Amino acid sequence: MAALVVLLFALAATGGLYAALAPAEKAKADSSSQSLAIEEGKKLYAVGCSSCHGTGGEGSSDGPPLTGVGAAAVDFQVGTGRMPAQQPGAQVPKKKNIYSQAEIDQLAAYISTFGPGPSVPSEKSYDSKGANLANGGELFRTNCAQCHNFNGQGGALTDGKYAPSLEGSSAKHIYEAMLTGPQNMPVFPDTLLPEDDKRDITAFVRNATASDSPNPGGLSLGRLGPVTEGLFGWIFGLGALIALACWIAARNAKARS
Amino acid sequence: MSSDDIKGGNLPDRPTGHSGEVEETGTPSFPDPGLPPHQPRRQDIDEDAAARSERAIAFMFTLSMLATIGFIASFVVIDRTTIVHIWPFGHVNALNFALGLTLGVALFTIGAGAVHWARTLMSGHEIPQERHPIAASPELRQQVLADFAEGAKDSVLGRRKLIRNTMFGALALVPLSGVVLLRDLGPLPEDKLRHTLWGKGKQLINQNTGLPIKPSDVTVGSLVFAVPEGLEEEDHDFLEQIAKAALMIVRLNPDDIKDKRERDWGYEGIVAFSKICTHVGCPISLYESQTHHVLCPCHQSTFDLADGARVIFGPAGHPLPQLRISVNEEGNLQALGDFDEPVGPSFWERG
Repeated sequence: MAALVVLLFALAATGGLYAALAPAEKAKADSSSQSLAIEEGKKLYAVGCSSCHGTGGEGSSDGPPLTGVGAAAVDFQVGTGRMPAQQPGAQVPKKKNIYSQAEIDQLAAYISTFGPGPSVPSEKSYDSKGANLANGGELFRTNCAQCHNFNGQGGALTDGKYAPSLEGSSAKHIYEAMLTGPQNMPVFPDTLLPEDDKRDITAFVRNATASDSPNPGGLSLGRLGPVTEGLFGWIFGLGALIALACWIAARNAKARS
Repeated sequence: MSSDDIKGGNLPDRPTGHSGEVEETGTPSFPDPGLPPHQPRRQDIDEDAAARSERAIAFMFTLSMLATIGFIASFVVIDRTTIVHIWPFGHVNALNFALGLTLGVALFTIGAGAVHWARTLMSGHEIPQERHPIAASPELRQQVLADFAEGAKDSVLGRRKLIRNTMFGALALVPLSGVVLLRDLGPLPEDKLRHTLWGKGKQLINQNTGLPIKPSDVTVGSLVFAVPEGLEEEDHDFLEQIAKAALMIVRLNPDDIKDKRERDWGYEGIVAFSKICTHVGCPISLYESQTHHVLCPCHQSTFDLADGARVIFGPAGHPLPQLRISVNEEGNLQALGDFDEPVGPSFWERG
């Protein structure tokens, strides 16, 4: 009997001790995983970024300082393959991303330690469910269309710079671009363009540029407007008319006698 | 034909009359070569070929009938919101596509059938149609002139001077009604081109949110468009007013601003410029946040917003007008007055 009581006590004590200590250990694990991410991120940074942005993110003649750019900027630049840059130039183009999302998160964690900046938006903030497409379209035409074209096809800027096409961009990256203003794009902070508006714009862009989005007229010719349409009309439309005119007036086959 | 023939006497003599006058000659100085000999087509001599042509034409006309029936059927059957994917057109509206295709086929095959009919089965003989002189015969001209003179005499215009004079008066006055309509081109703009809705104490309203803008809202590198307080999109003159009052607001590091007046007219690096290009008035807001350049999409005029919106490229003749701004008691951005020069393109009296 005594042995049983001791056993019960021992069990209760073990359970109680576990209950008391476990959350603390979990919290400890959390903060250590954060510092681990920063450690890992620092290593990745030293290899991939420091040659231009400086060993401490202070910037150099080849790259801007990263103080206060925030995790959202890192997630956008590395996630779309723009950073690390292939070569200096007017504009760093989008290319294949070679980092895993975990590595990007580690980099972002490290770069966030340089100074506070916008963090990566939560999935909820760019979820297209319940977004107002019409409002998004109106805001897009007010704020974005001047550079990115009315259908997000992009366009030219000065000295070799350009606004890229938004086709195939993920909702997260569209949202982050508005939040952080990559390269020469202006920033659209939440104070000037509230979160809901950004979500509407994101949903509109995704809707307008998706490869299966309806295009009632068909044959969009790049959706670039009257230039391509005119070229097509002059070459193929007039070409067909000339060919028909030639057929009508051509000498027809004569019988050989 | 040898080369001698070309050089030889087949060419007419140089005309001796006045230049430009057609020489009247009884006999042409070189023979009319006439039409090439008629060659029969295969359909003219081979009844089987003709029957084949007939069938081909009938086939095209039948296809046209079927296409018309298809057009009506598409209109009745296809839902107007259905989207289908058709290579290479993409995700098109099924009804649009079906109507266009069937109507196109219906019209084209009628035309193609008619052309094929004319080319293969209608008479293939070449038919010359001689030109005739444009002028009427002298007798006819005499007759017309005589008729006119008789009509003038019958109308007694020469004797009844009152009729003649009032008729001339009426004919002279009628065009005035056209002239007076030109009044609708006016009135002259007076000083409308020199003033916008901006004025002292007008708050800058964010076009996205419809709320006043606080300086802390505008971060460095951001871009936002503002309308004057009190102007609503529902207003009947909204477009007329916004065409002049459209404003873009950017924030630069005050140290980056090279132009002293620009720094003074802004608020802690927040500067407000007219959004209307000074070349031909396109809305201009292709803002590059790193270079502080604004590019006009119409003719590539480029303005440096860090240097008083100076024109650094393109056909624009003036810097973008800047609006003087400050902060009111509520902490919102406000205008300190109207633009001090006319916005938009130059005009004759701009000065």
